[in-house]
Amino acid sequence: MDIVGNVLPQVLKDEATEDKGEMARLQSFVGAIAVADLVKTTLGPKGMDKILKPTGPGQEMTHITVTNDGATILKSMYVENPAAKILIEISKTQDEEVGDGTTTVAVLAGELLREGEKLIQKRIHPQHVIAGWRIARDVALKRLRDISTENDINSQEFHDDLVKIARTTLSSKLITSDRNYFADLCVKAVLRLKGSSNLDYIQIIKLPGGTIRDSYLDDGFILKKQITIGCKRRIENAKILVANTAMDYDKIKIYGTKVKVNSMDKVAEIEAAEKEKMKHKVDKILKYQPTVFVNRQLIYNYPEQLLADSGITVIEHADFEGMERVAAATGAEILSTFDAPERSQQVLGHCDLIEEIMIGEEKMIKFTGCKKNEACTIVLRGASTHILDEVDRSIHDALCVLITTVKNKRVVWGGGNSEMQMAAACEEEAKKVQGKQAFAIEAFARALRQIPTIICDNGGYDSAELIQNFKVELQKGNNTCGLNMTDGTIGNMSELGVKECLRVKEQALMAASEAAELIMRVDNIVKCAPRKRERA
Amino acid sequence: MSLAFDDYGRPYIILRDQGQKKRMKGLEAYKSNILAAKAVANTLSSSLGPKGMDKMLVSPDGDVSVTNDGATIVEKMEIQHPTAKLLVELSQSQDAEIGDGTTGVVVLAGKLLEQALTLLDKGIHPLKISDGFDRACDVAIKHLETISEEIDIQANEHEALIQAACTALGSKVVSKRKRELGKIAVTAVLDVADLARRDVNLDLIKIQTKTGGSVEDTRLISGILIDKDMSHPQMPKEVKDAKICLLTCPFEPPKPKTKHNINISSADDYKKLYLQEQQYFVDMVKLVKNSGANIALCQWGFDDEANHLLLQNELPAVRWVSGTDVELIAMATGARIIPRFQEITPEKLGKAGCVKEVQFGTSNERMLVIENCQCTKAVTILIRGGSQMIVDEAKRSIHDAICVIRNLIKDNRIVYGGGSAELACAIQVLQYADEVSSVEQYAIRSFADALEGIPCCLADNCGLNPITSVAQAKALQLKENNPRIGIDCMELGTIDMKEQKIYETLSSKKQQIQLATQVVKMILKIDDVIAPDDY
Repeated sequence: MDIVGNVLPQVLKDEATEDKGEMARLQSFVGAIAVADLVKTTLGPKGMDKILKPTGPGQEMTHITVTNDGATILKSMYVENPAAKILIEISKTQDEEVGDGTTTVAVLAGELLREGEKLIQKRIHPQHVIAGWRIARDVALKRLRDISTENDINSQEFHDDLVKIARTTLSSKLITSDRNYFADLCVKAVLRLKGSSNLDYIQIIKLPGGTIRDSYLDDGFILKKQITIGCKRRIENAKILVANTAMDYDKIKIYGTKVKVNSMDKVAEIEAAEKEKMKHKVDKILKYQPTVFVNRQLIYNYPEQLLADSGITVIEHADFEGMERVAAATGAEILSTFDAPERSQQVLGHCDLIEEIMIGEEKMIKFTGCKKNEACTIVLRGASTHILDEVDRSIHDALCVLITTVKNKRVVWGGGNSEMQMAAACEEEAKKVQGKQAFAIEAFARALRQIPTIICDNGGYDSAELIQNFKVELQKGNNTCGLNMTDGTIGNMSELGVKECLRVKEQALMAASEAAELIMRVDNIVKCAPRKRERA
Repeated sequence: MSLAFDDYGRPYIILRDQGQKKRMKGLEAYKSNILAAKAVANTLSSSLGPKGMDKMLVSPDGDVSVTNDGATIVEKMEIQHPTAKLLVELSQSQDAEIGDGTTGVVVLAGKLLEQALTLLDKGIHPLKISDGFDRACDVAIKHLETISEEIDIQANEHEALIQAACTALGSKVVSKRKRELGKIAVTAVLDVADLARRDVNLDLIKIQTKTGGSVEDTRLISGILIDKDMSHPQMPKEVKDAKICLLTCPFEPPKPKTKHNINISSADDYKKLYLQEQQYFVDMVKLVKNSGANIALCQWGFDDEANHLLLQNELPAVRWVSGTDVELIAMATGARIIPRFQEITPEKLGKAGCVKEVQFGTSNERMLVIENCQCTKAVTILIRGGSQMIVDEAKRSIHDAICVIRNLIKDNRIVYGGGSAELACAIQVLQYADEVSSVEQYAIRSFADALEGIPCCLADNCGLNPITSVAQAKALQLKENNPRIGIDCMELGTIDMKEQKIYETLSSKKQQIQLATQVVKMILKIDDVIAPDDY
């Protein structure tokens, strides 16, 4: 009995665990590094892809994803380690913010922690490590900004830069062999936006069949819908009314309404009234004098017939995004009420030609010569849905990067040039700093240098030798040198035309160092008991 | 144990189902309670101070948060032990009352309990201990007031406030940018503060988070930011000289609360009802439009038809604005919240210089900014960061900083940090102990020891030798009679906290000592714990 009072009573809930000090730190490092190692092999133009296979019962089992995109890989992984979750989180944020560099950010954070772990083993306090990293980050960021260049948005150089950036982004993806083609395609699509950053206006349609090469950018706008039977298949000089209204039957919106009748006659009367109401609505629509009617919702046979009889081409069931795009492209207003036909000029959209086209085996509707020419469509073809999905992701990455570049305008050399330059800046700084922080700054430089090293390794080249030569080239003052991944040599990036967007690099550097710092500061992990779930 | 005997010597049971209950009594109960509470305090102690570490907390659903904030840590730890729970509440009440110093208060309580344990071993009665602590606490508080200094919060572009905010932010993950963030917090508070009444309505400061960018990109928006966009994609994205109509009724046909039925028995009725329904929408929009409003913010949803009518009438509108946002907008723009369309009048509209949509990142997320509001200056702090965890932690940190600044505006007395205030109090309490002739003397002396535990803990976290540095500081305090000597956590080369500009509010320190003493007294009064066995 005596001893009971001296034994630590259970403070936390059952199954909750608490890890302290070394144990906690070890856990975070192991988790974070494992995640970084996992995506590391996808980095660079010679990076490999991953197959993601969902677990669980049912049909989803059969649906696999093949991808090279870091964010997609990390998002789909189920991890329990809290530090690993932080890495996944930054990768997601990177995806949302700039769209590319999702692998880089996770790998960089992982490498920072790997270096951090070595410092901890040397008995350097985490706070000192963090202090050093902070200095290093600022220095690296400054150098990164210093080496970036800016071109006028309308100049030919800027246009060339965009193509180069798109090419660099696409080079690590599945479509690397066709990257010139796709880079051109993406740049054209982005330039159509005229500086706006709304990706919605670029539609991507995926159609299995054909080869990747058969993909193309369509100047017009393509809606993945069919024209209702009995309507004209080709309309020139179309006046388009875009609507979001119920065309099945107008449900009474007043609450608590019930139809209660006492004879069959009355039923017929009400039915007639219902029909009348619909006819009324159609009449109102007709007053706008459109030649094409696009509705988001379902259209029942009766109104459809009425419209078709008046020579109007009807497109029903367009999805919401499709609607918005149609509206944006043709300059139409999305209508839900039809009481102001005098505004017809303002609300109707216009385009030169609407026609039904066949792509592969599918029928689609193509709008050409739209009033506002911002929207466009990229039609992707490929041998299988897996390929198409991956191409879609790659194109999305490229588009995001291009849009970011258009906004930010600054570019840096690719091929590991920026990382090596940053690392060099950190090393110079480390020589000037007194105290233990200097070790951390050197570690930061090493972690940065790991990125080109991994790219080399993934290409099967002798990374140790290449990176050393790279360093020497930089030291000589050759500021445009970088990795030539086709020959396995150090090449001139301006000749090879490898460029990257500054914003992507910036975001990757900051997010990775913030995350590494966050994980480094932890000395205690408390895990709550998992919530009990009823098994269905 | 809880068995009693009646007049005939038959045993009867006082506690129901006593076989199924766990019971601890006397010394055993004291010790068990103290150990449990100390376990919590120990977890927190490594988070104290500018070099304190963070805790990673995994929720029952597997969500991860990383934090340095004491109140958040204990709240998310899922503590089960009843006495340990008292410490959770202790931290939370400090959070509610002051907003800062939530770690310190728990650590202090832990140190006090540690001392109590040794006193119990000496055989001193718990009530004597708690009496002694009580008296010592009074002395400490009084001394705190004498060493406190009034600062001029206006001087030198509010330098003092910024320094205090920096002190609060110094221990957090955002400490690298503490000066920038501190300035943001100070500007935000001063923008909404009523300096004449020395009052700050914290509701007027909205903290909005958005992942992406980095902590440096955090900025202050002099206006209200709401995480919504226009109800119709083709509405104008910017409204200048906005007259805001703030509605809490949906743009839908009315739904009377009384249960009712509308029976349609003829085609005429059917048509009439249809017209009636159309009329509703037209009337609603007309009422808003006629009042002169040029933007409508609504707490509820819109019917498609109403939505389009709004567009047709060139009346931008926003739906599903949250209740708190509605109130905030009402306060800032001087708008009255209008619960019925019939009650819209021009006087009830709020005014703002500009309402516009802003866009973030690649995922096409938009937010709405309401700038230059007519009445009070409501402000929003938009926090950015590389991941959700950083953003969340930054939000908590800025909240702490804002609380500190508010407290300083309310009461501009400060004490110096770095453990100097605790040391000064400890010295004073120790002197007082010698004047007490009863058993409490021991308890009072222990109280002083516990107070010294705080600078000890600080020094420990900073990698200094706790005993030497505290002894050195204490000796210097006595020698120079300078209550500003503390621990040099940042290794700046001076141990005078006035030179290091480590400011803490007097109210926070006072509250810490009082609350910690109270909880310790409460724990010391428990001599019997009865709990169901399977608890």
